Amino acid sequence: MGKLALKDEILLRIEKPARYIGNEVNAVIKDKNEVDVRMAMCFPDVYEIGMSHLGIQILYDMFNRFEDVWCERVYSPWVDLDRIMREENIPLFGLESQEPVKDLDFLAITIQYEMCYTNILQILDLSQIPLCAKDRTWEHPIVIGGGPCTYNPEPIAEFFDLFYIGEGETRYRELLDLYKEARREGVTRTEFLRRAAKLPGIYVPAFYQVEYKENGTIQSMKPVEEGIPETIRKEIEMEVSDTYYPRKPIVPFIKVTQDRVVLEIQRGCIRGCRFCQAGQLYRPVRERDVDMLKEYALDMLKNTGHEEISLSSLSSSDYSKLPELIDFLIEECRRKNINISLPSLRIDAFSLDVMSKVQDVRKSSLTFAPEAGSQRLRDVINKGLTESVILEGAAMAFKGGWTRVKLYFMLGLPTETEEDIKGIGDLCNKIAAVFFETVPKEQRVNGKVQIVASTSFFIPKPFTPFQWAAMCTKEEFLDKAYATRTSIKEQLNQKSIKYNWHEADVSVLEGVFARGDRKIANVILKAYEKGCLFDAWSEYFQNGVWMEAFEECGIDIGFYTTREREPEEIFPWDFLDCGITKEFLLREWKKAKSETVSPNCRIQCQGCGANRFGGGVCFEEKNASIGKELESGKELECRI
Amino acid sequence: MQNMKLRIKFAKSGAMRFIGHLDVMRYFQKAIRRAGIDVAYSEGFSPHQIMSFAAPLGVGLESRGEYFDLEVHSYTSSEEMKERLNQVMVPGMEILSVTLLDEHTKNAMASVAAAAYSVRFRDGYEPKFDWVSQSALFYAKPSIPVTKKTKKSEVQLDLKPSIYSMEVREGEDGRPVLYLLVDASSSGNIKPALVMETFLKENGEDFSDLSLLITREDTFTNAGTEKQPRLVPLEEVGKSF
Repeated sequence: MGKLALKDEILLRIEKPARYIGNEVNAVIKDKNEVDVRMAMCFPDVYEIGMSHLGIQILYDMFNRFEDVWCERVYSPWVDLDRIMREENIPLFGLESQEPVKDLDFLAITIQYEMCYTNILQILDLSQIPLCAKDRTWEHPIVIGGGPCTYNPEPIAEFFDLFYIGEGETRYRELLDLYKEARREGVTRTEFLRRAAKLPGIYVPAFYQVEYKENGTIQSMKPVEEGIPETIRKEIEMEVSDTYYPRKPIVPFIKVTQDRVVLEIQRGCIRGCRFCQAGQLYRPVRERDVDMLKEYALDMLKNTGHEEISLSSLSSSDYSKLPELIDFLIEECRRKNINISLPSLRIDAFSLDVMSKVQDVRKSSLTFAPEAGSQRLRDVINKGLTESVILEGAAMAFKGGWTRVKLYFMLGLPTETEEDIKGIGDLCNKIAAVFFETVPKEQRVNGKVQIVASTSFFIPKPFTPFQWAAMCTKEEFLDKAYATRTSIKEQLNQKSIKYNWHEADVSVLEGVFARGDRKIANVILKAYEKGCLFDAWSEYFQNGVWMEAFEECGIDIGFYTTREREPEEIFPWDFLDCGITKEFLLREWKKAKSETVSPNCRIQCQGCGANRFGGGVCFEEKNASIGKELESGKELECRI
Repeated sequence: MQNMKLRIKFAKSGAMRFIGHLDVMRYFQKAIRRAGIDVAYSEGFSPHQIMSFAAPLGVGLESRGEYFDLEVHSYTSSEEMKERLNQVMVPGMEILSVTLLDEHTKNAMASVAAAAYSVRFRDGYEPKFDWVSQSALFYAKPSIPVTKKTKKSEVQLDLKPSIYSMEVREGEDGRPVLYLLVDASSSGNIKPALVMETFLKENGEDFSDLSLLITREDTFTNAGTEKQPRLVPLEEVGKSF
């Protein structure tokens, strides 16, 4: 075992020193002299969060399977260590080698949520790497960004040398080979980046110039050189059953958020909820082969010793072999005394049966995500969940012994009215009434039903039909939260209903970053310099400091948040092609305004454009022909 | 079927010193699954492995004498099980022995009577006084009163009866090492750092946890009677199989 980067004196005076020592089961140690490329995969948040992320586990496994590469991990030092590292000028280090990140070839940062942007700067800063890409030389690692936030990378573009757009399984080998070749030939760093920019899926911000109109919107975004592509299409792994997936994931010593084996059953979602970015970005739906999943489940349990397994995907109920997979896992896990942590499933006879087998009914709760209080608004957002489905599901569950129900809603959705908000209270009340109707007094286990309604604030995201929509102000959001509370308090069964909502400040900021442009980078830099860090942690979020930063940079928040966009507007992310067309999104935006729903991918193809990837749900039997029609330019009317 | 009880002795060093007691327990639960040990589980909705850890070790300390007991349905041999577990360990964790307990043996936690520690000063943190000869005088005193802070209050107690031996020997590198044998039972556990703090302060030195390198050398149970105690390492209660 090598030397630790931090002295005992430091490790003994910080919280959870296990965050920084590496040495976990299945962590990969290689001889640094035997590899050509060294990289660090980074999740810019604290260890317990970062270690719970599946994407890094997949890529860590992939990179380390390459014989010429050693991939390590790095996470945000918590505030206590952050202070010490700055005071003592200790460079940030990779957990495996305990050596400085600045000496590696690549630093690849996954960007999962907007509120980690200052933590990206922290990682660079503590690594002693210049914050802005233009100030880096071959002395510094190539800094790569990946993950969902790179579908609008512009607010953080100047901090990165390149972005990898899409799923990591496909192009990294080529990128690493380009790098090795460039280093062998001794070309400049810029020349390497120029070559990288020509690889599919790779965006090098330095090679693009943005022109703005007088009103602040984008005039054009063009490559500054011949040969640099105008648009960059996302990368996607179509062979999801025959690709990289870890059989030996790393097992942390300390309890992390996702402390279990995670089995990713499919990518993408057929549902097409109009507020949901993931539902659009990861199209088309690609299911993993159920036999592959069974094999990996057993392997991963054996190799980690975890006592719990969970399934991961969007809308897991739509996985076609779910009953087979769950039956298999229940049987295996019972023999091995392993818990199954179920994903949120559509409430029906099947899921209730499964839940009663793997959970203690008295302690678990049901979850519904109606997202909006009224049927009208659910039609606007294309959330195909009706009141009768919810009430019937609840009745079935109450008969089965459940007494706790969680409901998730969003406030501030496009076209929302007071009536829609009142609908939240009404729906909660009706569920409570169903309990009292279904369960006779003498059978009420805890004597009562517990309904917890939570609301989040709607934030329009790029590549969704709502990318044109106006977002609410902080005041509007809070008014809506109070209105929701009032509507719940007025209900007959209000004593059975609990209501949770969040502060609105963070949502406003997230809204700016989500649809921001390159002008936002200065604000992020300024806020970081003023001490903003761990903005995703409410106890560290400093709204006042952020507001000062906006003020000093002369940036108007409303321009990014509360402004409804014209159909013609060029968005900062329009140079990216996530596989679905802007025409489709615009069509969906119009349908939203006319309260018209779109059926899911399996019922009827909506011609989003994702069939260009040549696989997945688009080519399941009944969809294949429709896909082709749409490709040839015909537009289908929605027929339901 | 009757479960059988095994006692497992392990060492903890290097980076693993920074893994706290609860996480060590979680680590072993997973290691036992990885090793494919035929472990017994409790009944109920969330069954857990039936295990009992001896005395918790403070973060930062090394140990060559940690123990836990484990109930199993079947077993092979001491050597084979030790080997199987060692194959799933990380650097800094080593299984030293696996022994079989007879069914009436008190579990590891309840068995602990004493623990032996070696104490070294970190480079640059050595006391300014002649601590080798002073330690003998310190231990020769008829009583060593201290104030022990608990969560709720401060308690006055005499350390002397809880220190079973205190002596200086020459370490491998030729530098002096202080050996302590102290009460580690659940009712009277004494931390070696408390003894050192008292000793250093009596000699006019400031005390900092960071100045010491402490290794728990072994953990002992009382194989004699209350009046005539006979301290033996926990592993000696079990037998090889």
